[in-house]
Amino acid sequence: MMTGVAGPTRALPEGRLKLAVPRGALFDVTVEAIEAAGYDVSELRGDSRSLVFEVGELTLVTMRPSDVPTYVEAGAAELGITGKDVLMEQYDRVVYELLDLGFGACRMVLAGRVGDERLGESERRLGAMRIATKYPRTAHRYFEQTGRQAEVIEVKGSVELAPLVGLADGIVDLVDTGRTLAENDLEVREEIATSSARLIGNRIAHKLRGAEVDELADKLRMVTAR
Amino acid sequence: MIHPIPPGTRDILPAEMQELRRLEARLAEAFESAGYGEVATPTIEYHEVLARGDVRGAPAAYRFFDERGELLAMRSDMTIPIARLVASRFANAEPPFRFFYLGNAYRAIRPQRGQMREFMQAGVELIGADAPQGTAEVVEVLVAALDAAGLSRAVIGLGDADLYRQLLDEVGVEAEPHDRILDCLATHDLVGLREQVEELDGIEDHHREALVRLATLRGGSEVIAEAQALGGDAVERASGRLQATFDELANRGVSDRVQLDLGLLRDLGYYTGAILEVYDPALGHILGGGGRYDELMGRFGRGLPAAGFALYLERVHIAQAEEERLS
Repeated sequence: MMTGVAGPTRALPEGRLKLAVPRGALFDVTVEAIEAAGYDVSELRGDSRSLVFEVGELTLVTMRPSDVPTYVEAGAAELGITGKDVLMEQYDRVVYELLDLGFGACRMVLAGRVGDERLGESERRLGAMRIATKYPRTAHRYFEQTGRQAEVIEVKGSVELAPLVGLADGIVDLVDTGRTLAENDLEVREEIATSSARLIGNRIAHKLRGAEVDELADKLRMVTAR
Repeated sequence: MIHPIPPGTRDILPAEMQELRRLEARLAEAFESAGYGEVATPTIEYHEVLARGDVRGAPAAYRFFDERGELLAMRSDMTIPIARLVASRFANAEPPFRFFYLGNAYRAIRPQRGQMREFMQAGVELIGADAPQGTAEVVEVLVAALDAAGLSRAVIGLGDADLYRQLLDEVGVEAEPHDRILDCLATHDLVGLREQVEELDGIEDHHREALVRLATLRGGSEVIAEAQALGGDAVERASGRLQATFDELANRGVSDRVQLDLGLLRDLGYYTGAILEVYDPALGHILGGGGRYDELMGRFGRGLPAAGFALYLERVHIAQAEEERLS
């Protein structure tokens, strides 16, 4: 793959190793894993409003999961934890994918309304399915790879809404238990990929701070599924 | 009134240009004192010529038709144009050839998040000198260039482009998983690598371990022994090549600037044997790269061993600024 040349870059300061930690659904499990790896995480569990925490020899930086690859690619954080779904969507980010942490497991699926044939009908009669998603690049690639045409509509909020009111014939979204789908009268039609949390690393840090990077990866490997 | 320029391109104003020119002058001086002569080639070439050098990279170039209907392309690096130049302009001259260049190159990327379509490169090509001496000379010139730029903390990663290809052949991995595994390495996906290797049928466990472990082996000369402990012909041969280059670098007094890296794989299609990357602790991106391309000249009808590197000038400049800020 030709990756091109990135323009803006950031300093990779020395000193404490920075680990980008995802806020949101992955936050609690990530904090548990860091605790199991031998760090005192009580500060993170409090209702502190700070975004940066010093924990042992690490500095933890909390952020949206989709921002983690941005910080790690630029070297503003040497390491980060985020979902495979985020990495799939931002597939051209140049970062090391170091470890499958096992937790945060879920599936990327194509879903349609229960008992509704609009997905197939749109494809047959109109030439393309209309798909609403928060993961437009993942959706595009999936339909391209399976040789189908789709009109991918990006939405930022509750994607389940789109087929209910006729914005789209179906959705591509991340599902965990499938309860949200069921509550909105939707069902899984195809599984696109499985996802779980990953430890990622900056390309330069992986080389110039290799021992520290490997040590933290080993600690996390010991306390997670794989 | 604001008149836009295409994304991925930029204007350079006097304050920055002055510093870039100063940097170029220092690099040119370092290259010249190592015995390299400057060349310039056209920004546009026949597409057929660039595609001859690197089939995989060719589609990334900007292409267009000229008034006679010939398909032209903007160069995406300087290595292929210089290979073309040597084959046609020095067809009967005695090698080795030592050339350096300062010039712009172009890559057709989807310009998002600040990726550049046009960027400045500074580098050298040493054509007609075999490994390990030729490789070591190029690394030595690279060290001199980094020193001239004031990046005395920069580190050069040295790997072997043939290691994984040959190991996969030795283990008997077929075409499709073979390419997927190389793709995982080139995209730094160690999780994907592990998954691909676990899915391989009918290979022995120690081969599985070697395929996964080698990708993480990086450091001083001790990693050669660690690699050899994983066994196999391909590993033995690549270790031998790395050791020979490393010894030659030690003779030249620059081995302390080099990190051996068995997991290194660059995404350009023409590399054989040694591959290089340049890291500076002040920057989160690589400053440049290079390596050997012993088969490239043959594609232009003059089979000569060759090696070289290219530095991204703008990034070297940013690293200079960061190093100044940190010191």
